[in-house]
Amino acid sequence: MRRVLWIIAAAVAVAIPFLVPKTFYLQIVAGAYITAIAVYGLNVILGYTGLLNLGHAAFFGIGAYAVALLETKAGWPFWPALLAGCAASVVLGAMVGSVSLRTRGNYFAIFTAAVGVMIAIVFTNWQELTGGNIGIVNIPPPPSIGPLAFDGDVPKYYLVLGALALTILICRLVRHSLVGRTFVAIADNEDLARAAGIDVARVRLTAFMLSTFLAGLAGGMFAMYNGNLGPDQTGLDITFEQLLYLVIGGIGTIAGPLVGTLVLVGISHELQGMQQYRFLIFGPLLVLLVRFFPLGIAGGFSRLTARWAAR
Amino acid sequence: MLEIKNLGVRYGAASPALEGVDLTVRPGECVTLLGANGSGKTSLFCALSGLIPSTGQIRFEEREIGRMRPAAIVALGIAQCPEGRQLFPDLSVEKNLRLGAYVGRRDRRGTEAALERVCTLFPDVRDKLRSPAGALSGGQQQMVAIGRALMARPKLLLLDEPSLGLAPKLVEATLDAVAEINRAGTMVLLAEQNAYAALSIAHRGYVLANGRVVLEGSASALQQNELVKKAFIGA
Repeated sequence: MRRVLWIIAAAVAVAIPFLVPKTFYLQIVAGAYITAIAVYGLNVILGYTGLLNLGHAAFFGIGAYAVALLETKAGWPFWPALLAGCAASVVLGAMVGSVSLRTRGNYFAIFTAAVGVMIAIVFTNWQELTGGNIGIVNIPPPPSIGPLAFDGDVPKYYLVLGALALTILICRLVRHSLVGRTFVAIADNEDLARAAGIDVARVRLTAFMLSTFLAGLAGGMFAMYNGNLGPDQTGLDITFEQLLYLVIGGIGTIAGPLVGTLVLVGISHELQGMQQYRFLIFGPLLVLLVRFFPLGIAGGFSRLTARWAAR
Repeated sequence: MLEIKNLGVRYGAASPALEGVDLTVRPGECVTLLGANGSGKTSLFCALSGLIPSTGQIRFEEREIGRMRPAAIVALGIAQCPEGRQLFPDLSVEKNLRLGAYVGRRDRRGTEAALERVCTLFPDVRDKLRSPAGALSGGQQQMVAIGRALMARPKLLLLDEPSLGLAPKLVEATLDAVAEINRAGTMVLLAEQNAYAALSIAHRGYVLANGRVVLEGSASALQQNELVKKAFIGA
């Protein structure tokens, strides 16, 4: 059942460029995929280990700015720039993690929020490097690999889709590995995990680094796809938006980040005319969902299918 | 061999949870730790596992372990089964057990052998390997909790009140399993309020009160002791 749904989803995703009439819609879907990659990263740290990283969008920014700067200022091609962007995000993640993971609960959230705000301030104010509020424009597309060229909307869409597929695959593998189970064990009962001989600090740092890797990957993809980049993508409000997608999609589930992002980006787009008033609809939606489906759309769905199967 | 000398544990400014505790577990022994609620049994276990800081000496197999990290202590061969049959409820029984082998995860063959050993010791567990741990009965959960500690292949097993909240028949089955684990060569330190049951399988025992050892001796001597009889056995 679940596998069939994934195959259908994959088939639809591959067919979308031939189905939608305007590239405008293709861009919206690709944008949602990129956000979903970042939401998967948030899911690793929040859904698997129970830690709320409010600086998540800043790590997205690190990946994005690294790619944009290496391409425009240092003249690197996209591929090594993407690797460097992911690496930069992970290295910074290791540094921030090794300090912030000494704190717990609300303090962890506050600490990471502060780090996120600081990084966003650097993006906005270091004008010589980042272009300030204007940001970076004319980021070149990836160079072609053999006959594969990446300079149009459709090839870029497939590139983003590939990154998303890779992300989902990594999350699935991790979830079902011993490391993934230690994430769950620590979220379930930290003291017991410690007593069972799990090195809690090291496992948490691993989760944090994986999470920032995915944020960096999403950022790099964002810079590549849009061809331009500004600091508005890296702030606290973006983290909260991603958090909303995750909660509505289903925290800790494999499908949740994708489902939540697609649904909310879709609704958000339909309600674009309402601008910030669209949160008047998101707010009650969130309340209803948390009340009736605390595990989000994906969690609620698997509970319903389990009930049908039990009949 | 475990040798504890002058062990102290203090939480904040309150009177100490443990003070001047001397205790040994010799190779092959099953030693029971008797004491009422709040007498310091759990503090002693947590200090041994490195979960809380302590003063004094804790030597295990000729090594000072008092300042080691919990993961390193488990790797040296001391595994704890904490009180209240705690499991990871969202994970299946098998995954709970495999997490117990986390410190020995690189030795796959050893892990499989340990899993087989646990299933042989607790046949009920074998039937439930795929069930979520939260869905098991109390007795089964206790067996999984002990099994998880055994998965680390410990030389010394710390059991904190394994009989707590179990029906009398299950208490007996649980302690029989503990005796069997001990007979197979694992040292056992068993904290219990159920003194009668614990002394029936232990070689020696210590009685803790207000964080101090007030009595120690062989199991048979403690069974005859008036203080023990009055305080724990109710005879």
